[in-house]
Order: sequence, then C-alpha cells, then structure tokens
Amino acid sequence: MLNELAHFALILAFGVAIVQMIIPLIGAQRGNVGWMSLAEPAATIQFLLTGFAFAALTWAFVVSDFSLQLVYLNSHTDKPLIYKISGVWGNHEGSMLLWVLILALFGACAGWFGGNLPMRLRARVLAVQGSISVAFLAFLIFTSNPFTRLEFPPLNGRDLNPLLQDPGLAFHPPFLYLGYVGLSMAFSFAVAALIEGRVDAAWGRWVRPWTLGAWMFLTVGIALGSWWAYYELGWGGFWFWDPVENASLMPWLLATALLHSAIVVEKREALKSWTILLAILAFGFSLLGAFIVRSGVLISVHAFAVDPERGMLLLIILGIFLGGSLTLFAFRASAMQSKGVFSTVSRESGLVLNNILLAVSCFVVFIGTMWPLVAEMLFDRTLSVGPPFFDAAFTPFMVGLAIALPLGSMLAWKRGTLERMSKAMAGWLMLAVALAALAYAVQSGGSALGPVGVALGVWVVGGALADLWLRAGRDDLRTKLRRIRNLPRADWGKATAHIGMGVTVFGVAAMLAWQKEDIRIAEIGDRWDMGAFQVQLDAVDQIQGANYVTTMADMSIWRGDRELYTLQPEKRFYPVANMPTTEAAISNGIIRDVYVVIGDPQANGGWAVRTYDKPFANWIWGGCILMALGGLLSLSDRRLRVGAAAAKPVRTGAVPAE
Amino acid sequence: MIRLIAIFWLVASAAFAVQPDEVLDDPVLEQRARDLSQGLRCPVCRNESIDESNAELSRELRILLRERLVDGDSDDQAVDFLVARYGEFVLLRPDTSGVNVVLWYAAPVMLLIALGIGWSVIRRPAAAPDDLSEAEKAELQKILRS
Repeated sequence: MLNELAHFALILAFGVAIVQMIIPLIGAQRGNVGWMSLAEPAATIQFLLTGFAFAALTWAFVVSDFSLQLVYLNSHTDKPLIYKISGVWGNHEGSMLLWVLILALFGACAGWFGGNLPMRLRARVLAVQGSISVAFLAFLIFTSNPFTRLEFPPLNGRDLNPLLQDPGLAFHPPFLYLGYVGLSMAFSFAVAALIEGRVDAAWGRWVRPWTLGAWMFLTVGIALGSWWAYYELGWGGFWFWDPVENASLMPWLLATALLHSAIVVEKREALKSWTILLAILAFGFSLLGAFIVRSGVLISVHAFAVDPERGMLLLIILGIFLGGSLTLFAFRASAMQSKGVFSTVSRESGLVLNNILLAVSCFVVFIGTMWPLVAEMLFDRTLSVGPPFFDAAFTPFMVGLAIALPLGSMLAWKRGTLERMSKAMAGWLMLAVALAALAYAVQSGGSALGPVGVALGVWVVGGALADLWLRAGRDDLRTKLRRIRNLPRADWGKATAHIGMGVTVFGVAAMLAWQKEDIRIAEIGDRWDMGAFQVQLDAVDQIQGANYVTTMADMSIWRGDRELYTLQPEKRFYPVANMPTTEAAISNGIIRDVYVVIGDPQANGGWAVRTYDKPFANWIWGGCILMALGGLLSLSDRRLRVGAAAAKPVRTGAVPAE
Repeated sequence: MIRLIAIFWLVASAAFAVQPDEVLDDPVLEQRARDLSQGLRCPVCRNESIDESNAELSRELRILLRERLVDGDSDDQAVDFLVARYGEFVLLRPDTSGVNVVLWYAAPVMLLIALGIGWSVIRRPAAAPDDLSEAEKAELQKILRS
C-alpha cells in the first residue's frame, strides 16, 4: 500500500512539476504576480512528494520488503542496516529517484532562501528548475520505476554488490549527485537571465553560493570515490581515467571555472556572456555524465542497445536542455554588455587565464573520453584511450594552472602591478626550487615528477599564504596578524581552497613518483624488506563475518628489531552475491601509507602477498578536503548569508581595498 | 555507483594482477615489462591495463610480453607483436596515425585559439585610445544611437 502511495506521489510530483514549469514562466512574462508566486509552493510540494516517495523506498529497504523488485534485487535480510539504506541508491532506479529528490530539494531551497531575488527572476529560475524536474520525473516514471512489484515475493533478496557495502562508497553517490544536480541551479539562473536579457553584479552574487555549494559536494564526492578505489581495489590506484570517472571530472573542471568567472561578474561586471555559457555547459556535462553512466554507451557501443530506451531518453533530455539553452544563448548573448574594463595585468586577466586552462583541460578529458566512440562510429577504428593519453595530455594544463594560480590570485582588480607580486613571491619561488632540488638529490636522479610536484606544491601553498600576508597591509606584526584574522571568510576560503589545490598536486606527484611495490610468495613466518620497514607474515586464518567468509592474514610491520603494528588484510567471499573482494589493510600516515594485500594460496605452499609503500598518499584527499572546506568557509561569508539586497557590512579594521 | 560496472569486471576472477610467479628475475627487464604492460589494454576488460587486470587473458598476455622481452625484443617490437594480434585496441595510448591527429592536437590548438580570444578580449578596451579617428567616431555614434 505504502509503495503504491509512493508511486502515486511520484506521478503527482510530475504533475506539480509541469505546473511549476509553465505557470510562473507565463506569469513572469505577463507580470502577473499571482501566477509568479505559484512557483514557490509548487517547488515545495514537489519536494515533499518526492521526499515521501524516497522515504517510502528507504523504508521498504529497511524492512526488507521483497515484494518490491528493486529490494529483492539489491538487498538481503543479513545485510547491516547502513548498507540496507545505502542500497536505496546502489542501483539504477533508486539512484535516479535520489537524483530527482535532490533536484526538487534544490528547487525548494531556491524558493525558501530566494526571498531577496527579484520576483520575476525567481519565478523564471524555479520554472526552469521545474522543467528539469519534469524531464527526470518522466524518465523515472516511464523507464525506471523503482516501485515495480513482484507477484510472488521471494523469501530473501539477492544482496547488494559486496563492493558497494563499504562506508566510502555508501556516501559517494549522494555527494556526487548533490554536486551534479546542484549545477542545475546555476543552469536555471543562467537560462532565467537569458530570458530576462540581463546579467548584473547582483546576478553574479546570487548564482555564486549555488555553484559553490554544488562544487563543494562534487569535490567531496569525487574525493570519496577516489579514496574508495585506493583502499578497496587492492593495488592503491586512485584515479583510472575511466569514462565514468571522467564524467564526474568534466563538470568539476567547468564548475571550478564557473566559480571563478562568477566572481568577475559579481565584482567587475565583466565576462558576463562567458559566465552564462559556462553555467550552461557545466550542467550540460552533468547531464552528459548521467548519460554516459546510465546508458553504458562508452563501455561498448553495443551495450547501448541492451537498454536503448533509457539511453535514448537521456540523450533526448540532454539534447533538449543543451540545445535549447545554447540556442537561447546565441540569440541573447549579445545583450550581455560587459561594463568592467581591465588592463592586461589584472586579477580579471588572471581569472580569464584560469578559465581558459580549466575549460581546455575539460576539453581534453572530453575528447579523450569520446574519441573511442567517434573513431569507431565515423572512422571504423576500434581503439582505446587510456591513462597514458590523459597523463600526457591533461597534466600540462594542471601544471600551467598551478604555476599561474598564485600570480593571478594576488593581482589587484582592474590594474595590477607585477612588482608587488614579484616581491611577495620571490622568496617562495626560491624555496620551491630549492626543495625541488633537494628532492631530486634525495631520490638520486630518476623522473622529474616528484621534484616538480614538490616545487608546484610549495609554490601554490606559498602563494596562498603570501596573498593573506599581502592583505594585511604594512604595519607591525601584531596589527598584521589581527588584520589577517579579521579578513572576510571569503578570503580565508580562497586561501584554504588554494592551499588544498597545492597539497593535492604535491600528493599526486609524490605518491606516483615515489611509491614502492613488492610482489612475492611468502610462507608463514617469512620476513622481507619494504622500503624503510620489514614486513612479516604471521598467520592466515579463515573467519566467518556478518554476511561473508574471510581469509584474514596477520602481517606485522617491523623497523629493525622493533615491531610497530600488525595489519590484517582480508580476502572476503560473499556467498549470496557469489563474489570475492579484497580488503587491503592500510596503515595511514602523514608521511606514508603502508599498504598490504593478501592473495591466493599457492600450489606448493605459501601465499601470494603484495606490499606497497605509498608516500604522501593521504595528502591527495587531504587537499580535496581542504578545497571543499575552503568552499564552505567562503559560503559562510557574511556577504552571501546576508544577501545582495543588504548593504555591505561596514568594516572598522583597515582592510585594504581589493 | 560510478565505478560499479568497472567492478564487475574487476572481480570476475579472484586472482591478483601481476602474480609472483610471473615476475622476471632480471629487475631491469621486469621494470620494462611493467612499464609496457601499463600501456596495454586487457582485451576482455573494461578500461584496464593488463598490468592491473585480473583476467586470465591478461595474465597470458603479461607472460607473453615477458617472453618476448626475454627473447631480446625491443619495447616497440614487443608491443607491435601484441598489436598485430589484438589490433590497436590494446594500445591505451593511441598513436598519432591518421585521424588520431585530431585527438592529440585538438586541445593544444584549442588552447591557442582560447588564448588568442582571451588576449583580444583583454586588449580590446585598452586598444581604444582617447582620440578616435573620424571613421571610428562616426561608427561609435551609430552604435550609441541604435
């Protein structure tokens, strides 16, 4: 009964979304206040209805209601409660329901917190948001109904894929979806502005918190996925340039660009039409990502035919939204007159460079991801584009970005001087080069990857610190520190996020350059050298887990005669899903991770064992956390909380004007 | 969710990627084999190199590759040997032959174009000095009146 009600709620939400799409839009065109003010209650009701459907599905998973096909296929009574809940979105239908729910949530939030928006703009934003809801609710209801019943409910379910029964992956999809779908707000604002025919500083200020929020979630979501791959897949890789990974990286790159160009719109009223285009493309790439992942078109051209209905419908959705908005853009972009004039050496120019590098790097990922498909369809060549291509083609852009970042971020708006900047950065440049030389000496030759990573990391982090220091003006140390403390949170957010970028760049380079690997057959009691440590295989036992059986090894890590700790890598087998998984054991550290994996027993005795020394691995995700934290700090800035309508807060501390 | 499908392939077999019995005694040769196998795709997997793949076929290819290297093949010869049998599909780093030029050079060309556009946009206001030529003034008036 509850499930039928939930299904009905979805259909109702579909109807409400149609109303939300049409009525406020007409109201805004005619200036009819009553019609316009329909948008907010419609968004709220749509959210409540989809929320109810989602809650009902979650409940069905919690109580293991196997009369639902989805629960039967993706759950089991023995599963821990948390994975019953994460099972809701661990499948196609449930994840699309989550997508629709988040879409409705963002729409409702725009209604609730958009009180300071001009009525006309708000009505249009909500109408566009409603139209996206209509598309995806239709997709959900007509091709991916999560509430399909089974005539004869089975006694137990088929279990969730064991690899998804993991804390890292349980929360990876919600974060990613909050990011993907969050970009729909930027899209709605962009399309509303195009309909309106005007973009000004206030628009920039309204659109930024939504972009910032979406970007934050996307950052966390990507980091979670990469961290999960690192500890779960059993050899410590963290990024594979897989099409589905690229599908999340492309919107992230464009969202990062959008974030920065929206600042220019807000502060300087320049780059308007470019910012609008970015907002459209960023969400366009989210849709493209959904299409790539859901249709399976990139796994193989032929996989597309397995379920052509879903893939086709997503392609149509992508075509309508991207085509429609770009057509609108073509007609209206000329109306977006930029006011701000700036010189070649200025913050604006720095941000233009940032946008160029990010957009072109996104293009690299795009062409690399799509090329196998293009080559096969148009040129009849079956080929692969893998990590070696992306490493070669993508990395230069990130290096360029890291080099330019401190320079651009320190320049003054409108007209900057290179002199001020070069004074501040000369010391950091020397430190970066010196540390890179040191790293090169310590590793005694070999690849330049490590030293370059060190130099870029120091350069970017130093740039962020120097930027804060410059903002403190000229005075004695106490006054300077007080001023730095009193800087707006947006400035702290900027510094934190940029430091995070430096940390991640360093972590990636350092780990790739300096990791060590050891593969061997070990008997119980064997001890061998691994970098600065020794590893000893102490025991291997069979143990019964909650819904799996596991082969668990005890491996002790030694330094000289001192035993440091014991790691317990596992090889699990999930009987219901008939699937084995490797659970690597990792000793996490700031300087290095020690990463051990137990493999198969060998025919003539002993076990296959892999041990890794992964230096600075955690810096990769630490940097991502810092980036997201920077976003959060910036989001909590008074300027955004209070909103554009309120006057700028009067500052008593003499913070030099930007 | 995102890696879900990749996973199905990955755990299709319980074996490791590179297994201890495959490793060559000569560390230099082994390192060459590892470097090469990271650039070769497992033909039955989804976007995995034979170095990290667990599939039986990948294991055979890894052993085959090592045999060629032990027999004295150069890196290119060993790779060409596999490409001749499995097609360019196994190359994770596509060559620059034929239409692949687009793949490799589209982004650098795009960068140059973008930098050019960016530069012209930045320079545009500065390129308008105080005293305009007569033609420019007339043009300006026309724009302002419209």
